Amino acid sequence: MENQETTWKHVSFREHKGKYKGILAWILSTDHKRIGLLYFYTIIGFFLTGVCLGLAMKLELLAPGKTVMDAATYNAIFTLHGVIMIFLVVIPGLPAVFGNFMLPLMIGAKDVAFPRLNLLSWWVYVFGAIVALSSLFMQGGPPDTGWTFYAPYSFKTSTNMLPAVLGAFILGFSSILTGINFIVTIHRMRAPGMTWFKMPLFPWTLYGTAWIQILATPILAVTLMLIAGERLLNIGFFDPSLGGDPILYQHLFWIYSHPAVYIMILPAMGAISEIIPTFSNKSIFGYKVIVISTLAIAFVGYFVWGHHMFTSGMSGTALYTFSILTFLVAIPSAIKVFNWVSTMHKASIQLDPPFFWAVSFLFVFMIGGLSGLALGALSVNVHLHDTAFVVAHFHYIVFGGTGFAFMGAIHYWFPKMWGRMYNTRMATTGWIFFFIGFNTLYLPMFFLGVAGMPRRYYDYVDRFHGPNIISTIGSWVLFTGLMIIIVNLIHAAKNGPVASKDPWGGKTLEWTVDSPPTFENFEEIPVVEKGPYDYR
Amino acid sequence: MENHNNTHIIPYKTYLYILAGLIALTLISVGVTHVEVGEMSIITALVLASIKSVLVIVYFMHLKFDNRILQIAVPAIFILVGLVIFITFLDYNFR
Repeated sequence: MENQETTWKHVSFREHKGKYKGILAWILSTDHKRIGLLYFYTIIGFFLTGVCLGLAMKLELLAPGKTVMDAATYNAIFTLHGVIMIFLVVIPGLPAVFGNFMLPLMIGAKDVAFPRLNLLSWWVYVFGAIVALSSLFMQGGPPDTGWTFYAPYSFKTSTNMLPAVLGAFILGFSSILTGINFIVTIHRMRAPGMTWFKMPLFPWTLYGTAWIQILATPILAVTLMLIAGERLLNIGFFDPSLGGDPILYQHLFWIYSHPAVYIMILPAMGAISEIIPTFSNKSIFGYKVIVISTLAIAFVGYFVWGHHMFTSGMSGTALYTFSILTFLVAIPSAIKVFNWVSTMHKASIQLDPPFFWAVSFLFVFMIGGLSGLALGALSVNVHLHDTAFVVAHFHYIVFGGTGFAFMGAIHYWFPKMWGRMYNTRMATTGWIFFFIGFNTLYLPMFFLGVAGMPRRYYDYVDRFHGPNIISTIGSWVLFTGLMIIIVNLIHAAKNGPVASKDPWGGKTLEWTVDSPPTFENFEEIPVVEKGPYDYR
Repeated sequence: MENHNNTHIIPYKTYLYILAGLIALTLISVGVTHVEVGEMSIITALVLASIKSVLVIVYFMHLKFDNRILQIAVPAIFILVGLVIFITFLDYNFR
């Protein structure tokens, strides 16, 4: 990392002096790495808020009846938990943080295609978040509809729906702008020699995600505006008494929100596809198949939204179609799992925290995925719909999948982003607590769901008491793990030993530049001659 | 950026043919509103509008001369939106 024979100054992007100083040098920076970190800090802030709301819900469910809050508060809390976690944490999560930071580095570019648009995306995100959460401080309180804002309740409730709906609308623009930026960057700014099939898998998944962001998000925006129109002007899109159809709302909402699940999970799969070959010291198994399955998930993922509505009164033809398509989308996901496992087969595996996160991702993702198939079957769905089983399923996918991959990604790229190394023993301890806590928290909910416990109720009958106690204890174990991880990473960012360029032995381009990278990443744009995972 | 180096010149005549085609299709779409074909009138209007969009995208927006990825991606997006609408109507038309 020292100055070699060139005149290139190795000043990290953190120390780089731009036009502005202090906090302005960050919040007005167009450097993709600074914007990635801005997203990181904002998202972590919202994540911890969402975690606290989740803990409060689990505390309420520790015992039947009113434990720490009343029913109305519980309704508001699960709505806020959902809105914050989905719209402010998981959807932007990996693309906005690691996509921004790593995409240009991984494809050999100096920045994204539109750096100012990139900064605007972050500002729009912050503005949208403020608008969405402003309802907390208004008379009438935050919305109590759940994060899905289902009609007709969403235009009848007396709580503050409009700020939440408008906030989600604004957040959508941030998502679209990031998507446009990534697509153009990937099309136009790959290093010379980096053909499409020499591009690493994380950028590939960002590419698939970006298309979904551009094509699906506008549908949500329009739908949310229809809700606003319904509330303000009584138009009658969704109100049966005015000739509207509440199921139309569900269609429109899920036409976006199911692909949004793939916005959440695809980059997570990309991060896992980076971690596993590095720590297996082996080329990824079936690179092209993973790429094709990524695009297949992005494409087929558009046509399965109806599986959220199996009990809402759709026609039989639609039910069968959505059920078949749901089973189809499981195929490319399963292909990826087989590829990751095959990569590890007969590999010389390096046991470090990012690898633990990646392997535990596989474990929880498979439970989440297979329980999804149970829900995709029409007959079983009738029994399980709107029970704790569904809550367990999507937490295994969204928290277990995306959350674990986010944790894996942060432990994998931490030395690159902060230029320092964390204590791996403490990181492993945190992972153990987190993993045990996670399963203790959510596994009992599968059983509760099968036994008939509905979701979104603050109360339950006595026979559900036992598993709920276990689940609440799990939330505390998980929180302990999370605290260990956060303390470890904060300590490492300040005082950890300086990291080398390539502490894990990765082969993709981000490991060829300084840790942390310089302002414009590369002294000279590299010429790519080999595939991204050139191990053996 | 390679596709921007290959300049292509379309003769004015082609543009005039396309313009004539668009005007003719507009007149047809107005004309068919006078024919009573029930539900088919919506489908007819959509098909005519789609043909006009294709002409504009392919010739006026130069998709015909753009690189192959865009030539695949643009129709793919329209097919995707079409499929989403089609599947939605699997619910409404069979209730």
